[in-house]
Amino acid sequence: MKEKLVLIGNGMAGMRTIDELLKLAPDKYDITVFGAEPHGNYNRIMLSPVLAGDKSIGEILIHDLQWYQDNNIALHTEKTITQIDRAKQTVIAEDGMTTDYDRLILATGSNPVMLPIPGIELEGVISFRDINDVNIMIETAKTHKKAIVIGGGLLGLEAANGLMIQGMDVSVVHRSGTLMNQQLDQAASDLMLIELQAKGMHFLMHHDTAEFIGKDRVEKVRFNDGSEVEADLVVMAVGVRPNIKLAQDSGIACERGVLVDDTMSSYSPNIYAVGECVQHRNQTFGLVAPLYEQAKVCASRLANSGAAKYSSSATATKLKVTGIDLFSAGDFIGDDNTENLVFSDPARHIYKKIVLKDNKIIGTVLYGDTTDGNWYFSLLNEQQNIAAIREDILFGQHQVDKELL
Amino acid sequence: MTQSVSTTCPYCGVGCGVLATTHKDGSISVKGDSAHPANFGRLCSKGSALADTVDLEGRLLHPYINGQQSSWDDALNAVADGFQKVINEHGPDAVAFYVSGQLLTEDYYVANKLMKGFIGSGNIDTNSRLCMSSAVAGYKRAFGADAVPCNYEDLEQADLIVIEGSNTAWCHPVVFQRIVKAKEDRPELKIVVIDPRKTATCEIADLHLPLKSGSDTTLFNGLLHYLKQHNHIDSGFVEHHTDGFTAAIAAAQQSSGTSEQVAQYCGLNQDDVNAFFHLFANTEKVVTLYSQGVNQSSSGTDNSNSIINCHLATGRIGKPAMGPFSITGQPNAMGGREVGGLSNQLAAHMDIDNPTHHDLVSRFWGTDSLTTSAGAKAVDMFNDVASGKIKAIWIMATNPVVTLPDADKVREALQACDLVVVSDCEQNTDTTACADILLPALAWGEKCGTVTNSERRISRQRNILPHPGEAEEDWWIISHVAQRLGFEQQFDYRSSAEIFREHAALSGYENKGARDFDISGLIELSDEQYDQLEPVQWPINARNPNGTERLFTDKRFFTASGKAQFIAIQPRSPVNAPNEAYPLILNTGRVRDQWHTMTRTARSAKLNGHIPEPFVEIHPADAKKWSVIEGALALIESQWGSVLARVQITDNQRQGSVFIPMHWNQQNASSSRVDTVVNPVVDPLSGQPESKHTPVSIRPYQAVWHGFILSRTPLPSINCQYWLQIKGEQFWRYELAGDTAINDSSAWAKQHLSSDGEWLEFSDNTSRRYRAGVIKNNQLESVIFIAPTHELPTRSWLSQLFAEKELSSEARTNLLAGKPGADQPDIGPLICACFGVGENTIKEAIACGDAKTVDDIGKQLKAGTNCGSCIPELKKLLYATAK
Repeated sequence: MKEKLVLIGNGMAGMRTIDELLKLAPDKYDITVFGAEPHGNYNRIMLSPVLAGDKSIGEILIHDLQWYQDNNIALHTEKTITQIDRAKQTVIAEDGMTTDYDRLILATGSNPVMLPIPGIELEGVISFRDINDVNIMIETAKTHKKAIVIGGGLLGLEAANGLMIQGMDVSVVHRSGTLMNQQLDQAASDLMLIELQAKGMHFLMHHDTAEFIGKDRVEKVRFNDGSEVEADLVVMAVGVRPNIKLAQDSGIACERGVLVDDTMSSYSPNIYAVGECVQHRNQTFGLVAPLYEQAKVCASRLANSGAAKYSSSATATKLKVTGIDLFSAGDFIGDDNTENLVFSDPARHIYKKIVLKDNKIIGTVLYGDTTDGNWYFSLLNEQQNIAAIREDILFGQHQVDKELL
Repeated sequence: MTQSVSTTCPYCGVGCGVLATTHKDGSISVKGDSAHPANFGRLCSKGSALADTVDLEGRLLHPYINGQQSSWDDALNAVADGFQKVINEHGPDAVAFYVSGQLLTEDYYVANKLMKGFIGSGNIDTNSRLCMSSAVAGYKRAFGADAVPCNYEDLEQADLIVIEGSNTAWCHPVVFQRIVKAKEDRPELKIVVIDPRKTATCEIADLHLPLKSGSDTTLFNGLLHYLKQHNHIDSGFVEHHTDGFTAAIAAAQQSSGTSEQVAQYCGLNQDDVNAFFHLFANTEKVVTLYSQGVNQSSSGTDNSNSIINCHLATGRIGKPAMGPFSITGQPNAMGGREVGGLSNQLAAHMDIDNPTHHDLVSRFWGTDSLTTSAGAKAVDMFNDVASGKIKAIWIMATNPVVTLPDADKVREALQACDLVVVSDCEQNTDTTACADILLPALAWGEKCGTVTNSERRISRQRNILPHPGEAEEDWWIISHVAQRLGFEQQFDYRSSAEIFREHAALSGYENKGARDFDISGLIELSDEQYDQLEPVQWPINARNPNGTERLFTDKRFFTASGKAQFIAIQPRSPVNAPNEAYPLILNTGRVRDQWHTMTRTARSAKLNGHIPEPFVEIHPADAKKWSVIEGALALIESQWGSVLARVQITDNQRQGSVFIPMHWNQQNASSSRVDTVVNPVVDPLSGQPESKHTPVSIRPYQAVWHGFILSRTPLPSINCQYWLQIKGEQFWRYELAGDTAINDSSAWAKQHLSSDGEWLEFSDNTSRRYRAGVIKNNQLESVIFIAPTHELPTRSWLSQLFAEKELSSEARTNLLAGKPGADQPDIGPLICACFGVGENTIKEAIACGDAKTVDDIGKQLKAGTNCGSCIPELKKLLYATAK
């Protein structure tokens, strides 16, 4: 008689955990998966290419429905779990269906932040989170012209880029003066701004949204300074929040996310959590690399195969946003006790910056040319003293005499 | 269609024949004239690059009065009126000409005739004063005439060549190559080099005597004494053909003593001294070849006589393969001497204080105002300008503000002078900057006339280029001023041929063998014959219609007694001894690929590549003592002035002395005009400055930043304490340093470089490093590198990028690294100017074993296979890697 494993959340982190588990212990569990969306498991990161028309939804599916059957996994799509009875070790769906578990994985992911702004409920005000959002955008683009994207972060810019490709006239509204401030410093952001403006994207930097105006469909966006712009479509991309409602309602320890230890166990027996919904050592997650790492750890725990531990080490971000190569790691802003090495070739859209402290790299941001990103990142992790190659390091490994290190 | 003429090189006194060819596009090319006996087809790096120097950029092409362009008529009137006014008010000795060994004989003749013959003053002197006037004085004391006995063949036939005070390899490269060839053919030919420095010339030396600066007379007195002691005196010759032997021997014995004492005084190894004495004593065929190291001394005249004494004592003169051979610095120093260009000579090797000569020349010229007294010699002349004794001066074809000792005083003197006229082919020199009136003269390739080289060989300089702008022959300019001064008939010249015939006639006038300089054989030359004139050695007269290979074959000299004169030499130390404040001795000289004040050679990127920057050579021990660092800048100071130079530490330099080249000036460097440092001390007889011995101090230049700029177009001006401008292949290079920090490097850069174009920037503010590059239509426009120390990337790779039609993306990526990425070559500092071969390339070839000899290097890289001037350096590299 096999143990029962239940996964809440048919997303990337959760299903990656199942994949890893099947490798380690294919026959250990009866597996049941609940997903709020009607699809199999797909690659959320690929939503941008879909919006941009580079990929079809079929192409971004990781596991189609057939795969679940082939692996004897019971998949319940469009079924939202509303409650966990930890005493009975049962999960309860909104339609009342109950499912027992011996072990439970929470992979509820995150929700887009929807600012509490008057008019948020109007038709044409959406987020950029799932296939549904993408479909709305593609449809709207066929009939409407003016799109406003709120939020100049990674997601917002990709949405804006996609909408532009879909033929809409797009303006990005951003609170601060720095785009993608999680990944870029001001100078890099300025380069990106120029490059995207050249592509035809408009920007309203230092703008705070006050209200969405319209009868039933949004028609205008008004800002704190009283200015207004026309809008047929508003995409909210101001960030995500871990989706912990279920966990909280079920009395599982949470702060910003579901609290987990180094083995991805929550503070409730037999309940584990992975992905954007978790909080590990006070950190929450948005990028895919750490999620896959968590999936590995969680799977080995479930397979009882040894003591794999998750450590949220410093991560480097290597991205391709709207076709632009970016790399950033560590503290790339610095302070009074740090020194900057800076190279710029604006005409070729290249900007590189290394932040040093006591001649050791503590951060870097690369824009346009990320060739040496991983090298800088390893020097950062090794805490190498680079004094001897300080003059050349920014020009690449091929310029540096490794003997000197 | 292309057209070729045979002419001569305008640089050193070797006087090489040059074949110049004009091409359809108006450009010219040059090669050595294989028919010319001075070089038989060879050319040095400077001569080979002549074609690079004839562009009109920066040429003076119109007359100017007080900075305003004027007509020739106004300019000539202004000169004549100005001179006339001064003469009327203050007499003829209140005016002066300062002329040059760069002038052709015809120009020289007319200038001398005007000043001495008609203005009636002796105040015409020449930059040859700085070059070989001591040799002249020495010859005159010994032979009664300024007569160079030898020729270049003598060098090839000799069994011993003593090279004293001459870096022949760099300063007379073609003569050096002839010696090298002779030594290859006859390894038994011995070479002794006497020079405080271990120069490139020492590469072929069997023996190098790095004697203490200024100890030459003691060494040669010692030799004379040794010859006597060891019975090497040609008593027959001494008895019948010389006077003053006994006194000379006495002085020699008394002053020099034993070879041990000589060695001690001269700071030499005693065995080396003995070896030299023994070699000289026991080798019959000896030529002593000497130049500035002997001449530029307060004992310059004694130096040459101490040499001549030894040749007289052994009777080694007037015979093939022997003699005391002064080699001159300039293409027409000898011609100047022939016409009387020195203020203490009259004309045609005649003397002012000789009544017969004075009467003869007066009658020949038909003048009654011929000067009766010698004029001021160069240094005194400018002192007289400073004191106001001379109120009008006309400077022709030379740059005294750069080349005279205590050069700042010279500039002040000219700035204060009532009337300064400068005729030159350059618009901007340190001297033209002081001129009230500028007169445009023709340059090499444009003008016609004759020159005489170091072996008394008269050759034609022929024009191949059209007269640019309003530039004129110097003789034309002088004649037209003379006519305005009221001497129409006497200066009614129409051609250089006409002037040459008059010059020849004067040399033969009532000569009858009494005077050494006699070219009466050329009086009858038609214009055509003058144009066809083949190189020929004077005297040329009835007795020697085809010229004369060597003098004194008949053992007759031009003294009253007809005998050669020994001179008793009492050695004197240089005038200014080093002291606590100025403990080092400054020696000045030349580099291989620059000529004088660089007005022409610095136009050639090739030539600039060899030694781009002024340097100070210093011995390792002294460098340590005065804490100056290789490659950094140092401040060299005397009580007269100071310069900045790049430090080169080498044991080729004697401890206690430093060397700085004399070429750089205000036009191309902020503070490297070395003659501002040199002491204004002269030889009492010749008036030649002691340019090779000035007490100085040295200390590091406290720069807070260093940098360089390479720019496709020249920069208008640079705002920093040390700057140096060098023309490169399609770019200009600027070396920079400053003692006040640049607050905003980026802003500073944008101030100095053309701000339009694509800017690449690198900054490391906390370590005060900044780099930028500007790219226009995919071509490199400029780069700037700034750092807190002098250690910056080599300029060679960046320099090459200016030649590229389109800057590759790799190059762009590596640009501000200042070097190509891995496995791309950096040729390093230029060694072979002719083929642009760099040091790294050569070192590689040697390292990988393919190149074991200079020939191998030539076969592989072509380096050294054209002019051969770099062969000594190739040898050095081979030697270095062998060690």
